Amino acid sequence: MIDLKLIPDGGLGWLDASGPMSNIVLSTRVRLARNLDGMPFNVRSSEPERRRVLDQVDRVWQRLPVARGGVRFLVDELEPGDRVLLHERHLISKELATAAVERNGASHAAVYLAGSLGLMVNEEDHLRLQVFHSGFALSQAYADLERLDRDLGSALPVAFHQEFGYLTACPTNAGTGLRASVLIHLPGLVLTKEIAKVLQGLTQVGLTFRGLYGEGSEVVGNFFQLSNQTTLGKTEDELLDHLGKIVRQVVTYEEQARQVLLRDAPTIIEDKVWRAYALLRYARSLSFEETMNLLSGVRLGVGLKLIPKLSVYTLNKLLIYTQPAHLAALDVRAPQDSEQRAARASYVRAVLEEEAARGA
Amino acid sequence: MVCDNCGEREAAIHLTQIVDNTVTTMHLCEQCAAAKGVETGASVAKFPLGDFLASLGKPGSSQAAEGGADAACPACGGTLQDFRQTGRLGCARCYTTFEAHLRDLLRRLHGSSQHVGERYAATAAPAEPATGPARAVGELREQLRRAIESENFELAAELRDRLKVLE
Repeated sequence: MIDLKLIPDGGLGWLDASGPMSNIVLSTRVRLARNLDGMPFNVRSSEPERRRVLDQVDRVWQRLPVARGGVRFLVDELEPGDRVLLHERHLISKELATAAVERNGASHAAVYLAGSLGLMVNEEDHLRLQVFHSGFALSQAYADLERLDRDLGSALPVAFHQEFGYLTACPTNAGTGLRASVLIHLPGLVLTKEIAKVLQGLTQVGLTFRGLYGEGSEVVGNFFQLSNQTTLGKTEDELLDHLGKIVRQVVTYEEQARQVLLRDAPTIIEDKVWRAYALLRYARSLSFEETMNLLSGVRLGVGLKLIPKLSVYTLNKLLIYTQPAHLAALDVRAPQDSEQRAARASYVRAVLEEEAARGA
Repeated sequence: MVCDNCGEREAAIHLTQIVDNTVTTMHLCEQCAAAKGVETGASVAKFPLGDFLASLGKPGSSQAAEGGADAACPACGGTLQDFRQTGRLGCARCYTTFEAHLRDLLRRLHGSSQHVGERYAATAAPAEPATGPARAVGELREQLRRAIESENFELAAELRDRLKVLE
């Protein structure tokens, strides 16, 4: 089992709810896709080629100032549970987590973590640089990432085309290779049934939405990831500005929807929020999905100031630690599903009790 | 969880409504949700890559100029047929091998094929664009310089060999 304490902040600095609008916007992530020239992309790469990519990147990374205090995980050497754990913390993609199995332990996939920065190697692209920030912080996040990109770009032969820009395995990422996404909580728009309109509007302005874990994941607990759909023909700043403008609008719609709910159905909302809190506080068995939905209700209550003395940070922490691999890590007996539900309920109770005692 | 409507398929859409101060939640499968006019992610997120991949190999497309779906990239051996199956290109050279094709696709995906964003200092466009082998030599020299700077001697040796052949 890996020692998560080795990771700076446990890789969870973005959870601390210190960022702008962190009540509605959980986190901001920006990633850049890059490939090394003269090496096949990973859909066609051989084992020695993947090893060479990793060796090249490793030599460069070791000498970067940003790498100091950082940590590297070789995916092939991780236990299956640890791969899921890193994925649940959003530190590696699902593709990277499953690479070792798909390549029979010869994926040479790796992740480097340093502060809010991460670098995945031998994912779909040779390099995936990423940064996580708390709340709504697109420009700060990109500034950090740009520095890492320049450092890597000056030391590695990165595949670039004068017309098409940075070349990626999938043409949907070519050009800037930039995907910025904002994880946003929209219970007001879901409850007022405005969400479909908003989501449809997004696709008309070149944005896309996904679930909690990005591509291919389902929407749970009213969390949506909004991100840019196109990556070419616009500068990085233009892409970020556009997403930023739309996110600000969506936040405004969400705030309006919450006011409508409070005005038109105050008793229902208050009841929903407190029922969610009561279930989390006292239930003896909780599935992951139910937990996410209840946390969504409680989070809404905290946002509307209906539930005092409960911090957004605690809610963020519960989102991460109630996931299956995190629970399994707390309780190494690898519990059955029913045991896991009980373990989840008992963990949530303990956290909320502690918080209530502190607030009292 | 099964669909509230048909009671057969797995529910994929969870719809919460407030009507006259009463909150109801319905769990629907995609088919029933579509039948009831509920918009889902699947129906909203139309994506041209799939259409493009499906149209590959049909007559009259730009691939005739690039040797058809069987022509292989000289660097990685990948073909447009492979791209059609995986949705992924084999290597950076594929972008040059299937250039006309990809320009067409990139325009459809992004509305433009011209990169205007960041570029590393070393990849900045040359003032007088060199062509053909001269450009290839220039690029290789630049890569060699960077490889030596970053003490990547394995790559440097390989680049030096490629330069020798070209020169």
